[in-house]
Order: sequence, then structure tokens, then C-alpha cells
Amino acid sequence: MKRLKLPQWLVLLMPAIIILSAVVLIPLLLSLYSSFTSYRLTRPDSLFNWVGLFNYEKAVTDVKFWAAFGRTVLLLAVALNLEMLFGLGLALMISKVTRGQRALRTMMMFPMMFSPILVGFQFKFIFNDNVGLVNNALQSLGITDTAIPWLVDGNLAMFSIIFAEVWTSTSVFGILILAGLYAIPRDPLEAAKVDGCTPFQSFRFVTLPFLMPFIYIAMAIRSLDVARAYDIVQIMTNGGPARRTELLWTLIGRTGYVDARMGYANAMGYVSIFLAIFFTIYFFKKLTAARKELGMGV
Amino acid sequence: MAQVHLRDVVKKYGVLEVVHSINLDIADGEFVVLVGPSGCGKSTTLRMIAGLEAISGGDVRIGDTVVNDLPPRERNISMVFQNYALYPHMSVRENLGFSLKISKRPQEEIDKAVDEAAEILSLTPLLDRKPGALSGGQRQRVAMGRAIVRHPEVFLFDEPLSNLDAKLRTQMRVEIKKLHQKLKSTIVYVTHDQVEAMTLADRIVIMRDGHIEQVGTPLDVFENPVNTFVGTFIGSPPMNLLDGTVKNGNIQFADGSTITAPPGYDLSDGQAVTFGVRADNIMPVGHALPRGEHIAEVELEVNLTEPLGTETLLFATLAGAEVQAKMLNPRPVQAGERLTFQVMLDRCHLFDAETGVALKV
Repeated sequence: MKRLKLPQWLVLLMPAIIILSAVVLIPLLLSLYSSFTSYRLTRPDSLFNWVGLFNYEKAVTDVKFWAAFGRTVLLLAVALNLEMLFGLGLALMISKVTRGQRALRTMMMFPMMFSPILVGFQFKFIFNDNVGLVNNALQSLGITDTAIPWLVDGNLAMFSIIFAEVWTSTSVFGILILAGLYAIPRDPLEAAKVDGCTPFQSFRFVTLPFLMPFIYIAMAIRSLDVARAYDIVQIMTNGGPARRTELLWTLIGRTGYVDARMGYANAMGYVSIFLAIFFTIYFFKKLTAARKELGMGV
Repeated sequence: MAQVHLRDVVKKYGVLEVVHSINLDIADGEFVVLVGPSGCGKSTTLRMIAGLEAISGGDVRIGDTVVNDLPPRERNISMVFQNYALYPHMSVRENLGFSLKISKRPQEEIDKAVDEAAEILSLTPLLDRKPGALSGGQRQRVAMGRAIVRHPEVFLFDEPLSNLDAKLRTQMRVEIKKLHQKLKSTIVYVTHDQVEAMTLADRIVIMRDGHIEQVGTPLDVFENPVNTFVGTFIGSPPMNLLDGTVKNGNIQFADGSTITAPPGYDLSDGQAVTFGVRADNIMPVGHALPRGEHIAEVELEVNLTEPLGTETLLFATLAGAEVQAKMLNPRPVQAGERLTFQVMLDRCHLFDAETGVALKV
């Protein structure tokens, strides 16, 4: 019997191919395939029930889906911008500190060290309308005598989630912008002083352009993070009240695992991926442009 | 246009004092070069004039104003930095016009000033490029252009040529000098390169360890150094220094050899002195340009030669120490050859052996 003789390069690549297929390729293809079926976790045989583009049609015509999509974009826009501003402020202040800067830098990173689930629980407590910290403080200070329903009112719930999100992740911007501040050459800043810039003008015309690449890197990283936001929301409001804080992945998670409609969830997942891809491409384009602006090469 | 006055100016970093109470008056339109080895406080002094370093003591006046507490933007100065300090994200045009834009001048005025500066420095074809796309010399010219568009009262240059290669440096030196002749503005220029100092300055200020050692015209500090430090720092090659004692109107060196003492000094027997002679004033017979009436002859063995074309530097041993001599209209000299040298005594210097201070003629 003649033994099958594979070419050497293929043999050498085999381990990588096998591992990649097992952990990435096959699950990916399977999920893509299942998005064209009426696959339900509770009825395994439905995996072979081909429904064509039905799930996709359903997703793109579903108001709930687009509402969650819009809410995710809103969260992205608001949270990222706030985090950027706070992070910038934080970094600028820390960069001016002359003593204990290392300690401050470490402390700034603390919020990132907690699991988002725990952060979710913590803020669920803080914003609780009966025993929560915020309401207790407001009532004790006499600012209000009624309990504000932070997590029950639709708008306030979204605010609370953004608050928690910003609290956890501002330091990502802070630390990256701080790195940017350290990397700024001193000479152009001095030249700006001599050229007549006020401190604000120096910041606006010299410091900020130098920081832009760092800001866009942070934006790119964080946009991927926020686009898949799930844990904090799941814990704090579970998408409620009445789906007012439903984001893409809480919706998809619920559809797939609670309603067991995995085929449909996968279809929504594939549509949502475009959001993440879009933001990534957008911020990397900006990053490249900002680097080019500084003559840093592409 | 304005004068600059430094009165007892001190710079301290904590307890460490790096500039010790210096006084300096710079006239309107004067080109003054601060020169000295690294760490002598020359850049710090310049940065205090610019307002980039706080003044720890004394006064800095520009024109009639004490500027100690004014920020740089209110001092009406402009500065050219060693590393050019261009704004990398702005084109050459924007770099040049930035200071005028900040002070909210009308666009036509900015354009006119920028075009004028670009014309003076032949930057016109480069106006739309970013600094990243320029060579070192071009960047340096942009940095200078940025300084001149504002027509400041005082120009400050902080080692502007030290990042350029030797050839470009010579070229830019000429351009800076031409620029000064054209603009006739006050310039304070910092360098560690004594050739730059000599060629550019109306007056040289030689600094060491936070003190001003000597102030004078280039020829003055070259010909009449106040101490051994200035003697060796100014002039290339550095002045040869030999320790000896006075004996019967001669200087006797450590190895017992003697040379006639330079004329015009009031010396007493047994006095310890340092004898200083520049390479230009110790030359082999037949290849020399005798200057002055008092000439001594010594025979020395040549250890090494450095041919420079129009002249050759000879390294020889005199009284146990290595001295550098010059040979005009050079002929090939072998190491080990013994030649008779003429020492132009009128141009030699005597310093106090202990303090290094020049013994006045």
C-alpha cells in the first residue's frame, strides 16, 4: 500500500492549521451556517433546517434590534468622548505632579483591575433607589426627599450605566494619553512659549496634535470594548427597564441563550460585527492620518 | 532693537548654584557669543534671558524693562533651538507664520512676513513641505525664519549649528553673519565651538563653571587671554602651557632647560609661572613667519605631524611636555627628526603658576 505523502510545507503547517480550525475556523463557519438555519438550542435537529436569509431579514426589520444597535452607538459615542475628556484631564494633571507620580499612576489604574461584573454589582448597589449610596447621600443632604429611581427610569438607567462604564475605563485613556505626554519633545513646547503662546494655546496647537495618535489608539481599543459591552449592563439593569438599556450583546445573549434561538442570535451577531469593524477602521484611519500629520510615517 | 543687561544674575537648582552672579551688558545691535565647555552655564543664562528658566537672583533687563517675571511671550525675543524645535504637524509656511497667527495679525501681514523671511533664507520652494521632509540645514533655516518673521528686539541662538555636519555648519555660519548684517538686531548666541564664537561675535563672553571668565572682541580674547583657561579654550590648536620658574630673566622648566622670558613682564627670581605659547608662535626656521623683535631658538624632536595643506602641525617635546607647533610652506617631516624652532617671545604669555591668572604686561 502506498503511503500518502504530503508535501513538507503542509506537514509543517499542520499543527497550526489543526489548532486554528478547532478553535476559530470551525466554530466561525458553524455559527455562520447556523445563522441561515432556524437553529434552536432546545431542538438540536433544527440545525439542519435551512431557512436561507430569513434570520437576517428578520433582524434588519426588527425595531428592537435597531433600537439596541442605536443604543450601543449612543453608549459608544457618549462613553468614549467622556472617557477621552476625563482621561486627558487626568493625564494632564498627573503629568504636572512632581512628587508621588508613580503612586498616582498606579492608583489611576485601580478601576481597571476590577472585574466588570463586580463593577456592575457595585454600581447596582450605589444607584439602588432604596439602600443605594447616591440616594442616601442626596436625601441626607436634603437635596431631594424622594428616592430617585436611578436604575428604573429609562434615561437615568442609561446614565447610570454610562457612569459605571466611564468610571471603569477612563484610566485606559488616562494611561495612554500620559504615555503620549511623556513622549512629547520639550523643544517645540518651549518654541511655542517663545512664539507667544499662552499655556492654553501651547496645549491647543502643540500638545494636542502630538497627543492625537495616542487618543486614537485608545479610541480604537475602547470602541471594540464598548461595542461588545455586556457584563455591566447585564448586572445593573439586565437590559431593562422595558428594554430601555438593551444593548446589542444583551439582546443577542438573551435571544441565543434565554430564548434559545441560536440561529437568529447568530444572524444578529454577524450584523453587529460590522459596527465593531466600522469603528476600528474609522479610528485606525484617523490614527494613520494623525501620525502622518506629525511626520511619523505610516 | 534693544540692549540686554544682566545684573548679578544667579541661577540655582535647589541648593546647587549653577550661575554665580554674572554681569553683562549687551549693546543694541551687538552680536554677543557666550562660549564655554559643557555645563558652564551658558545655555542656562540664555534660557534665563528667554524666560524659559526662572531667574533665582539679580535682574535681567531687555531695553528698559526688567523682564524677570515676564513670560517669554512678553519679552519680545525669539529663539532658535539646537534641535530646531519645529512644529512637526505644520508646514514650513505655518511654522513661519505661527507666532504672528497667535498674536492675531491680519492674514495679509502674515503672508507678507512669511514670504519675506522665506525669501531671505531661500525657503520659498519649500513653503508647503512639512519639517519631516526637510534636510537638517533646511530645518535650521526654517527655525531661523521663524525667529525673524516677528522682528523681535533680541534674537537668542542656543547652539543652533551643533546638529549640522561640518560643511553645512560653515555655510550656515556665514548665513547667520549675513543675516545679522542685514537685520542689525541684537543677537545672543550660545555655542561650545570656539571657532563659531571667533567668527561670529562682535564680542565673546567666555564662561566656565557659572562664572564669566573674560569678555572681549574675538581678537582681544585671542591675544590677551586673562588666564590659562581662556588661553587654551580660545584658539585652535590650544595654547601650549609649560610650568617653570623665573631665573635670571629666563624661564627654567622642570627638566632644567631654559628659554628667555617674554619681554615686558615684571618678574622676580624664583617666581613660579606658566609659560604659554600658541602653535602660531613656535615655528621651524625657514618655515616661520617671525613676528616681533624678540625671538628665541630651541631645537626640538618632532614626534608626530598633521599635514593640513597650507601648514603642518608638528607635535614636539619641549621640556618634557608635548607642544604643538606650526610649519608654514610645509615640507615632509619624519617623526624623530630634530628641527630648530623659532619662538616669537613678544607673543608669548606668562601666567601665575598657581592661579593661572595672566601676569599683566
